[in-house]
Amino acid sequence: MKNISTRIIVLFLFLVAFVAPPTWAETPQEFSDDEPFNAGEMIMHHVADEHQWHFATIGHNHISLPLPVILYDTQKGLKIFSSGHFYHSADGTHEGYKMEHEHVTALDGAKVYDFSITKNVASLILSFVLLLSIFFTVAKSYKKRSGKSPKGLQSALEPIIIFIRDEVAKSNIGEKHYRRFTPYLLTLFFFIWINNMLGLVPGGANLTGNIAVTMTLALITFFIVNFNGKSAYWGHIFAMPGVPKWLLIIMTPVEIIGVFMKPFSLMVRLFANITAGHIILLSFLSMIFIFKSLAVSPAVAIFSIFINLIELLVAALQAYIFTVLTAAYIGAAVEEHHH
Amino acid sequence: MLLNILLQEAATSGASIGYMGAAIGAGLAAIGAGIGIGRIGGSAMEGIARQPEASGKIQGAMLIVAAFVEAVALFGAVISLLVVLLK
Repeated sequence: MKNISTRIIVLFLFLVAFVAPPTWAETPQEFSDDEPFNAGEMIMHHVADEHQWHFATIGHNHISLPLPVILYDTQKGLKIFSSGHFYHSADGTHEGYKMEHEHVTALDGAKVYDFSITKNVASLILSFVLLLSIFFTVAKSYKKRSGKSPKGLQSALEPIIIFIRDEVAKSNIGEKHYRRFTPYLLTLFFFIWINNMLGLVPGGANLTGNIAVTMTLALITFFIVNFNGKSAYWGHIFAMPGVPKWLLIIMTPVEIIGVFMKPFSLMVRLFANITAGHIILLSFLSMIFIFKSLAVSPAVAIFSIFINLIELLVAALQAYIFTVLTAAYIGAAVEEHHH
Repeated sequence: MLLNILLQEAATSGASIGYMGAAIGAGLAAIGAGIGIGRIGGSAMEGIARQPEASGKIQGAMLIVAAFVEAVALFGAVISLLVVLLK
C-alpha cells in the first residue's frame, strides 16, 4: 500500500467489518420478545418478491415503501390501492381482497389478476432509468465529441462495449451478420450486470434472481435465435448431415429437445447463480443470530466480505456467460452452409 | 441392514425422508461441482506452468468453463430446494 489514503480506506473497511455486524445484531429487540429467529423464513423473504420495498429495520421501526397494488378482478374490474392497506390491516384483508404471503386472492372467490408494482417491478423501473440515463449520456457525448478522444463515462464504457462487439458478437456470429445482433447483446450484458449488482446492494431488490425475469430474457433469446434460423440451422436439427439414417432416429429428438433446453439452461443458470449467492450471504449473516453471540461476528464478517466479493465476480461473469451463449446460439442459427 | 433402517423410517415418519433425500442430493451436487471445477483448475494450472505467456487467455477460459460446470451443480441444488419448498 503506497499512499496514506489507501491505508486509511483499508483501515476504515477493516474496522467497519468488525463493528458493523454486531451493530446490526443489536437490533434483536423485536426478535427476542416476539418470536424466535427463523433463518429460513428470513432468507426466503429476502430473495422473494414482495408488495412493499423494505429498506431497513431500526429497532421496532420498519423503513419500507408500500408500493401500489394493481388488481384486475374479473367481476369488479380494475382496482388500485396502496399495499399499506394490506400490511397495516389486522387480518391482511382490504376491500374484499386478502393477501397471504404476497399472494392476493378475492374473498368472494373471484379470479384476480395481480398486476401490482412489486419490489421487483420497481427495481426494474429503476434499473431501466439508470441504464437509459447512462447510455444516452454516452451516446450524446460520442456525438458531441465525434472525432475527439473519449472522456469520462464514455472512456469507462468504451472498452467494455468494444469487447462485447469484437470478442463476443463478431467472433461468434461472424463478420456478415454481427451488426444486427450487437445492440441486443449489449443490452443483455449491461442489463444483467447492472441488475445483479443492484441486488447486492443492501436494501436492493433481487431482480435477476426472479425466475420470471430470467425466463423472459431466455424467451427473447429463444425467439431471436429461432426466427433468424437459416435453412442450414434447421437442417442441422432435423436431419444432421453426415449422420447415418438409423442414428437420426435418436439424434433428431435429442436435437429438438436441445432447441428448448438451451434457453431453459440460460434461464436456470442465471436464476440459480444469483439466488444461491444471496442465500449463501444471508445464511452467513444469520449465523450471528443463530448463535446469539457477538464472538462469532469477526469470523462471519470476514466470510461475508469474501462471499460478497465472489458475488461481485459472479454478477459480471453470469452476465458475460449469458451474453456469450446467446451470441453462440445466434451464430449457430445464422451460419452459412459451408460443407 | 441400512435398507432395513431406511424402510422402517420411511414407513413411520412420512415425508421427512424426502428432506433427507434433498439434502443428500444437494451435497452430491456440491461434490460434482467440486470435482469438475477442481479438474478445470488443475488443467489450467498445468497450462499456465507450461506457457506462462498464455496465462491471461487460460485464466479467462477457465473462469468461463467453471461457470458452466457450476450451472449444472446449481441445477441440482435448485431441484433439492424445490423438493424442500414444494413438499
